[in-house]
Amino acid sequence: MSAKSLEMKINGAPVSAQVEPRQHLADFLRETRLLTGTHLGCEQGVCGACTLLVDGKPVRSCITFAVACDGAEVQTIEGLDDDDIMKALRAAFSAEHALQCGYCTPGMLITARDIVLRLPDADAPRIRVELSGNLCRCTGYVGIVRAVERVLAARRGRESDGAIRGSAATVGEA
Amino acid sequence: MKPVAFDYERPRTLNAACALLASEDLLAKPLAGGQSLGPMLNMRLVQPDLLVDITRIPELWRVEEDKSVVVEIGACITHAAIEDGCVPGVTGGILASVAGGIAYRAVRNRGTIGGSLAHADPAADWVACLAALGAEVVLHGPAGQRTLPLGGFVVGALEVALEAGEVLEAVRVPILSPNARWGFYKFCRKTGEFAEAIGAVVHDPDRGVARAVIGATHSRPIVLEEASVIFGTAASGGRGSFDRNAASELMKAAGLDPDPYFFQVHLVALERAVDQL
Repeated sequence: MSAKSLEMKINGAPVSAQVEPRQHLADFLRETRLLTGTHLGCEQGVCGACTLLVDGKPVRSCITFAVACDGAEVQTIEGLDDDDIMKALRAAFSAEHALQCGYCTPGMLITARDIVLRLPDADAPRIRVELSGNLCRCTGYVGIVRAVERVLAARRGRESDGAIRGSAATVGEA
Repeated sequence: MKPVAFDYERPRTLNAACALLASEDLLAKPLAGGQSLGPMLNMRLVQPDLLVDITRIPELWRVEEDKSVVVEIGACITHAAIEDGCVPGVTGGILASVAGGIAYRAVRNRGTIGGSLAHADPAADWVACLAALGAEVVLHGPAGQRTLPLGGFVVGALEVALEAGEVLEAVRVPILSPNARWGFYKFCRKTGEFAEAIGAVVHDPDRGVARAVIGATHSRPIVLEEASVIFGTAASGGRGSFDRNAASELMKAAGLDPDPYFFQVHLVALERAVDQL
């Protein structure tokens, strides 16, 4: 079984590599690029811990083969340090106690960022549906849902600032 | 949880893909989004010699209307693209609604309509929804192109009528009339998981369609081509008029597993779908 050549951008940097076709993207990132922020829980696409961005969209890296991502732009949790939404989410996760052991957190943050960008009007029930593909065994989800709500509310407050001045005062900075 | 070693090819044309898949010496499987195949590979339930990645073949990414009668959706169109409205009109409305309920967004971003149909899990949303819409599939093989009704394509659980060297190229969905009504209901114990029961109904009087589908059975879905009798007055806005007895009789006659829970959960899924008409 011959190795295949692979070119992709990982967190903005171009990468060339030889990969075994059967190596999934998460193993490729963790084992050859030492990007261990991508966590592996179930390795069957159910738990969501390995969720990262391929061409800007959240995907499960445990059921996505690295070789199939030839030419793609991959962003892992490590590549989102300076992302404004991720900064707001990290602060909100801390404030709302949205993590305990932290194993699910990288995948939760990637999914949460997608909710914030794609569904600016999401309410708590919708956030729960959208988060249902990411399992957390510590928190019971309440803090995670609140953290996402907090960031969404702050962004809505900022957008309507001027129309309803000061309406976001109670939800804090994000 | 690692797949067996396999080879990987990424052809640029349908003919090249068919040639790779036609090999009699190798177990070759087409790979689109890999959202069903990926877990099966990781668990070694499938142990192929070769994966043929079909996602870089341009024809498989088309969404085209054919004479305003049919919309043809390329096999590699993702659930997320359909959820976001890449198919227009009333037909697009039902497709977007069903797509949005498949698994989770991260899965929908890669999972494809063609892959889901070719995998033919009885509990998959598209298998039931597209049966209710009366869709056909376009297959491309060494002998050229052929078209099959969905009922002739999905022949059983995880079993489809693809010949060696054939690829599912597109799905042809009849375009609904502006007055058409539809309902789709699935039971899941957890949001996003495979369904325990699915009810799907399409009522399009202008085209003479009154079809009901019972999905997530043990095999292919049960299609009731003439289901007006169970719609009652639901089709004209009379909610709650589902005819339970008529539906039970039809489902029994169609051979649905009579296990009391199994039967009941399918009956209620159908009732809730009819209630949406």
